[in-house]
Amino acid sequence: MSSPESSEYDGTEAAPHGKARTTEWPLWEIFIRGQHGLSHRHVGSLHAADAEMAIKNARDVYTRRNEGVSIWAVEASAIAASSPEEKGALYEPANDKVYRHPTFFDIPDEVGAM
Amino acid sequence: MYAQMIKSTGKGIKSLDEMEPEERAFQERIDAGGKIEPKDWMPDGYRKNLIRQIGQHAHSEIVGQLPEGNWITRAPTLERKAILLAKVQDEAGHGLYLYCAAETLGVTRDQMTRDLLSGKMKYSSIFNYPTLTWADMGAVGWLVDGAAIMNQVPLQRTSYGPYARAMVRICKEESFHQRQGFDIMMKMVKGTEAQRKMAQDALNRFWFPALMMFGPSDKDSVHSAQSMAWKIKMNTNDELRRKFVDETVPQAEYLGLTIPDETLKFNEETGHYDFAEPDWEEFFQVLKGNGPCNTERLAARNRAWDEGRWVREGLLAHAEKKRSRQMAAE
Amino acid sequence: MSTDPKFEFLCRMGDNALVLGHRVSEWCGTAPVLEEDIALANVALDLIGQTQLWLGMAGEVEGAGRDADKLAFHRDVWDFRNVLLVEQPNGDFGQTMMRQFLFDAWHLAQLTALIDSSDKEISAIAEKSAKEVTYHLERSSDTVIGLGDGTEESHRRMQAALDLLWPYVGEMFLGDDVDAAMKDAGIAPDPASLRAGYDQLVGDTLAAATLSKPEDDFAHRGGKSGARHSEHLGHMLTQMQWLQRAYPDATW
Repeated sequence: MSSPESSEYDGTEAAPHGKARTTEWPLWEIFIRGQHGLSHRHVGSLHAADAEMAIKNARDVYTRRNEGVSIWAVEASAIAASSPEEKGALYEPANDKVYRHPTFFDIPDEVGAM
Repeated sequence: MYAQMIKSTGKGIKSLDEMEPEERAFQERIDAGGKIEPKDWMPDGYRKNLIRQIGQHAHSEIVGQLPEGNWITRAPTLERKAILLAKVQDEAGHGLYLYCAAETLGVTRDQMTRDLLSGKMKYSSIFNYPTLTWADMGAVGWLVDGAAIMNQVPLQRTSYGPYARAMVRICKEESFHQRQGFDIMMKMVKGTEAQRKMAQDALNRFWFPALMMFGPSDKDSVHSAQSMAWKIKMNTNDELRRKFVDETVPQAEYLGLTIPDETLKFNEETGHYDFAEPDWEEFFQVLKGNGPCNTERLAARNRAWDEGRWVREGLLAHAEKKRSRQMAAE
Repeated sequence: MSTDPKFEFLCRMGDNALVLGHRVSEWCGTAPVLEEDIALANVALDLIGQTQLWLGMAGEVEGAGRDADKLAFHRDVWDFRNVLLVEQPNGDFGQTMMRQFLFDAWHLAQLTALIDSSDKEISAIAEKSAKEVTYHLERSSDTVIGLGDGTEESHRRMQAALDLLWPYVGEMFLGDDVDAAMKDAGIAPDPASLRAGYDQLVGDTLAAATLSKPEDDFAHRGGKSGARHSEHLGHMLTQMQWLQRAYPDATW
């Protein structure tokens, strides 16, 4: 496909905005309470075929499998909102993947900010 | 950076007085540094513009997995393999956060994916360049992630709430990405003669494409003004590009590598580096589909999508069966 | 290569993780759905981590100055000790997940038994790894069930995968001199002792997946002993080892 304008991909007509096709996995909002947390906080969303899978996917995507976290998954369409307040993001890196921490790499000071 | 081929409304920016009350309240909130949330009123152009930009940003993360994924199976140590794999995994995660942010605007991930696969939506031009040696893994982390960070840090203050929050999470993860790239380069330049040559060669091939990441020169960038007013775009292309050069040149000097630009010179008067612009003709060719890897990148994504269809459908069918059985049992 | 049975045993554990981790990492960027891409990468990352532990210990036990990287990147096919199952190509996603499930079910049982090993270091590695593999097995069995009992097409593909890979299951339960020595020393279980539990778990999962276990119990062998690997491993090593082999005096 050398020119992006010419479409070889035979996708069928997109459904109107906001309506999921029947072959699409629904969207789930994810809430996580960390090991030392007091309540569940909204961390984001993901797609899954059902609630059970949503929780498992959340473990992979949002906790990188930290143990001892509690996960809630709610189908996005089930949430009623007045003026929505999306909760702050919670990110907890897996503790044994130390290279994820910027301090793992010894970047000399002369190089400047990185 | 992700706003390639986004058309403006074509009408020019309205002043506050020219706006209807709803739009004026909307613009005033943005001017005051407030956030627009999914269910708030927003002009159609703002919504469309955001869907396009966030979507293309997400597509860039996903397609961006490919040039680095190219080297996972050939990583030279177990540690490097794990680090590279973690980085590419992060990119999938970033794509996911961004698609979810875009979905709050009334479009689904699958629709955006179809638009990517058909060529209707774009992704960052840099990912149409090939990764040819292990040193490219260093160059990509150092330069490409470096450029992305330059663009992404200010976007943490963008006006649309979900996009801003996705950017905060992404920025936390991005720092390790650039550092691991630079770490690879340091190892290479201190290594064997072959490794030093590899490192220089990688810089030679990635320098100008990295500069292109910031988009066309401001004077050729017609549609920025509205995006800036809406705080969807936080800095001009040239501002960011200049900042990138200023930060990167000393880093290259530290590595003992030569940036492939003979005109590069520190300007005492301006306090910035003077540097050559990339070949814009090449840039527009890449946007049109004539970059070294456009065909392969899109083919790879199409293949993954097509070959994965039975999996997505199968798991969905199973979920529905489970639901029916549960209901029947009650 | 040394004939110390403990060294052999550690290479077996490490090479399984190395080869399977490599295979799974091949999916990065091309999985059927984003969430799956991330999940598979987690599995691969775990396995690479386990590789470093097992092969690291192997190198220490051997005492010839070889570390995990040396063992991973500088041995040839005949010195590898992974079971044949894990070197099989990815095929389609169904084949990958079936291979994963059939291996995970054995892997968890083996690691659980190793927690009681008389060797403290092996016990520690096993305990950490077992936590990760519990998760691997949960995921792979869920996927096998989901795709087996999904659409007609997904069912057909999973059955085909099962039929293709079943002949590689038996090798995981074959005992030889190395296994006998490990059992005598209280270090590791007799492989055959894990079979009954395995059959139970696999049977339950396949039933839930509406898949039929093949009748023929024939088992290919030659992987864990190194006597005869499949042609696939050689090709895999040309990818994996190439940089280190091409630039032997470089550090990365």
